[in-house]
Amino acid sequence: MKAMFIAALLAASIAGAVPALAAIQVFKFNTPEQEQRFQSLSDQLRCLVCQNENLSASNADLAKDLRREIHGMIVQGKTNKQIIDYMVARYGEFVLYKPRIEFRTYLLWFGPFVLIIIGVGVLMVFVRKQGRKHTAALNEEERRRLDDLISRHSG
Amino acid sequence: MARFLIPLSIFLALVALFAVMLQRAKEPGYDPRSIPSPLIGKSVPQFALPRLLEPNKQFDSSILKGKVSLVNVWASWCVECRIEHPYLLELAKTQDVPIYGLNWKDKRKDAMAWLADLGNPYQLIGFDNTGTVGINWGVYGVPETYVVDRAGTVRLKVIGPLSPQRWRDKVLPMIHKLQEDKG
Repeated sequence: MKAMFIAALLAASIAGAVPALAAIQVFKFNTPEQEQRFQSLSDQLRCLVCQNENLSASNADLAKDLRREIHGMIVQGKTNKQIIDYMVARYGEFVLYKPRIEFRTYLLWFGPFVLIIIGVGVLMVFVRKQGRKHTAALNEEERRRLDDLISRHSG
Repeated sequence: MARFLIPLSIFLALVALFAVMLQRAKEPGYDPRSIPSPLIGKSVPQFALPRLLEPNKQFDSSILKGKVSLVNVWASWCVECRIEHPYLLELAKTQDVPIYGLNWKDKRKDAMAWLADLGNPYQLIGFDNTGTVGINWGVYGVPETYVVDRAGTVRLKVIGPLSPQRWRDKVLPMIHKLQEDKG
């Protein structure tokens, strides 16, 4: 078990220096599945001190304590949902690094796609307008010059 | 002309929006550092801690019942607590409301030296050196101050140091309201 964790540590330190720093805390788990759950939970919960980091990457003191809490709860056999509810009850939904998909967060989750659709729409209208402008019919004089140019260069 | 005016006015509108939001970010409701507490309107998390100054005695959540009180979370390693401290002493003198302390993730020796140095505004102080009680309260950045009503319900949370302005605008009106509520 320990060897696996060290291997994971090494892998993490190769993947990036930050997770390696934060992972100095060593936790013991009963099964690899528990360890995986610990990793995924601390990936999806926010460090409240640094705010733009998740718990697994953060080196803040509070993040260490919260990782310790998560570890304790996992070993006690709490489910992921219970652990997440525990965090939300104390720190609010802000603690979720990955916000829940619910009515309040629809704008957050789907807003970018709506913006893309609007953007593509505007682009299409714009391109069409431009296209139309350039295909305006030539007058007699212009047509004669065009024919002249084409025949001169294709000959 | 409109070709320039439309993008220009959109740009100016965005600039105005950003300017307003940046200004507002200094206010509590908009400050990205102050996270709304889910504890507001709920009763204080049950706890029982040894007292900082009398380790043989306890400070537990039942002490907070029956009166409006402040719970101030602090630590000797916390720089902003040092900034806040003189104001807490002042508040303690006015005796508007009892102030309880939660000494969070600290060493007993350091905390006691701090009080000896700077004075003690607290009625009682709970000693939470593991930080577990703090986590139950949702503490993430000291100093934090909670207003607790007679029933032991958390009514307000202030993140960061109390200042005369915050006290006057937010905390004192809430305390007065709660003290007038006889229920």
